[in-house]
Amino acid sequence: MTAATPSVARPRMRMIPWRAPVAVVAALVISYLVIANAAGAQAQEQFINALTIGALYALIALGYTMVYGIIELINFAHGEIFMCGSFVAWWLITTMGFTGTIHDLPILVIVLVVVFLVSMLVMGVVGVIIERFAYRRLRNAPRLAPLITAIGVSFILQNLVFVGISNSIVKVPQLIPFDLLQIGPLAIREINLFVIVFAVALMIALQLFITRTRLGTAMRSTAMDREAAQLMGVNINSTIAITFFIGSALAGAAGVVQTQYLGNTVFNIGFQSGLKAFTAAVLGGIGNTTGAAVGGFVIGFLEVTSSVYGIGRWSEAIVFGALVVVLIFRPNGILGQQLADRA
Amino acid sequence: MTVAVAAPAAPNPTPSPSTLLRLSGVNTYYGRIHALQGIDIEVKQDEIVTLIGSNGAGKTTTLKTISGLLHPREGTVEFDGKDVTHTAAHELVKEGIAHAPEGRRIFSRLSVRENMLMGGFTRSASERAEDLERGLTLFPRLRERLDQKGGSLSGGEQQMLAIARALMSRPRLLLLDEPSLGLSPILVQQIFQLITEIKRQGVTILLVEQNALQALAVADRGYVLQTGKVILADTAAGLAANPDVRRAYLGEI
Repeated sequence: MTAATPSVARPRMRMIPWRAPVAVVAALVISYLVIANAAGAQAQEQFINALTIGALYALIALGYTMVYGIIELINFAHGEIFMCGSFVAWWLITTMGFTGTIHDLPILVIVLVVVFLVSMLVMGVVGVIIERFAYRRLRNAPRLAPLITAIGVSFILQNLVFVGISNSIVKVPQLIPFDLLQIGPLAIREINLFVIVFAVALMIALQLFITRTRLGTAMRSTAMDREAAQLMGVNINSTIAITFFIGSALAGAAGVVQTQYLGNTVFNIGFQSGLKAFTAAVLGGIGNTTGAAVGGFVIGFLEVTSSVYGIGRWSEAIVFGALVVVLIFRPNGILGQQLADRA
Repeated sequence: MTVAVAAPAAPNPTPSPSTLLRLSGVNTYYGRIHALQGIDIEVKQDEIVTLIGSNGAGKTTTLKTISGLLHPREGTVEFDGKDVTHTAAHELVKEGIAHAPEGRRIFSRLSVRENMLMGGFTRSASERAEDLERGLTLFPRLRERLDQKGGSLSGGEQQMLAIARALMSRPRLLLLDEPSLGLSPILVQQIFQLITEIKRQGVTILLVEQNALQALAVADRGYVLQTGKVILADTAAGLAANPDVRRAYLGEI
C-alpha cells in the first residue's frame, strides 16, 4: 500500500493533479487483491469491511493530527472523546426508545441526523472545555506537562464513564439496516455504504474548510507560526479552540459510527482505538490531515487483512510493525509531516 | 520609484505635530531578563523613525512590545491617543499597527497569495482583493510567484512578501524589523527605496536596522538603544553626524 503512494521528495513538491487519484486507485486495487488472495468468496465483503474500519480510524486520526499540528500536543484524551461520543449515541438512541433497525427511511435519516449532530456538538464542546481548562495554561510549559495532563484527562473521562454509566460492554441498537445493496457489480451492505460515504464526505468537507476558507487558512497559519499568525490579526486562542472543536466533533462522529457498525461500546474502547488512530496519524505524517486519512485506511486494511489471513491475533503487532517499517524509510510518515516552521 | 532620499538637513525636520505612537517608561521582561529598562519613544504621523543599536540592545523587544507580542511590566504604550499597553497583538492589527517581524516569518506552506491574504485577515473579502492588487502593483515580483509556496521564495522575495503582507492590513503604523538582513546590496537598495515609497503613501514607519547608515538616510529621526535604554535621540541627520554614533554604529574608526 505504501508503495502506491507518491514518493514526494523532501522539499515537498506540489502534487501533480493526476498523481493523487492514480495513487488512491492503485492502493485500492492492490489492497483488494491482497485481501482477495486469502478471502476468496468473501473478498468483496472483507474489502468493504476494511474500508469501513479504516474510515472509523481516519475520523479519529484527524483529531489527533489537527491538535498535534497546531499545538504539538499528543492529545491522549482524544481517544476518550471518541469513546464518550459513542456513549452519547447510546444514550440518545436508548432514551429515544429505539431498540433496533429502523426501516422507515425518513425516520432513519432524522434520527441519524439528530444522533450525529448532538454527539458531534457535545464532544466538540467537551474538547473545547478540555483545551480551555487543561491545556491552555500549559501552552508555554515544557512539553511533558501538557502530555501528562492529557493522560490525566483521559483517565478522568474513562473513569467518569466507568463509574457513571457502565463498567462493561454496552450494547447499542444498530439503527441502520445491514441489508445487501447491489450497485452494479458491487454488493455492499447499507451500513457500510453509509459509513464510508459519510466519513469520506466529512473528510472532504474538512479538507475544503482547511484549504479554502479564511478560518481554515488561519488555522494552518497558526500551526506554522503562531506568533506571525497573531501579527496578522488571528486570535490564537479562538483558533486553537476551533481546532479542538472540529477534531473532537469528528471523534464524536466516529463514536456514533462505532456504535452503529459494531453495535457496542465500552468505557476503555478509547484507549485501543485511540492508540491505533494515533498510529494512523503518525503513519500518514503527523500534522497532515490528508496523511491522517490515508493512515486510517492503511490501518483498517492491515487489521482486516491480518484476520483474513488467519493471523488476526497478530493484528496489533502487524499494525505497529508497519508503523516501525514506514518510519524507518519515511521518518515523516507516508505523506510527510506538516508542523511549525522552524526559524 | 523615488531614489532613497537623503535625510533633511533642517534642524527640526518633523513638520507633523500629531503623535501617533508614544512609549513612556516602558519596562519589558523576558522571564527574568530585564530587556527594556524605561524606554521613551515617540513616533509622529508620517515620520520614519529608526531604532539603531547593537545586538541585544532591545530593538526587537521594543517592536514586540508595541505590536503586543510582549506586554510591558511597567510603563505605557499609547497609539493614536489610546492606551494600548495591554491590548492583544491580534487586536492591535485592527487598530492599525502592522509588524513585519525579524526573520520575515513567511508562512512557508501557504502560497504567496495566501500569505498576502492572511495579512489582510482582519479585513473584508472585497477589501482584501483590492489590497492584494495594490500590493502586487507595489511588488511586481510577487505577482510572478503568486501560486508558489512562501517557503520556496528567495530571501529577498520573502522580505518583499513580509512587507507586502504587513501592508495588507492597511496599517497606519508599520513596524519593520531588520528588513535588509541577509540581503544582497542591490536588494538592500530596493528595500530602502520601497520604505520611502511606503512612507509617501501615508504610512508611518518605525524601522529597526543593523544597517544604521542606510536607516538614517531614509529616516526623519532616530533613537540609539543600548542595553535596554535609549541613550540618544536626535534627528536622523543629527545622529548621522554624531561622532559617537559614527564610531559605534556606522563603522568609523
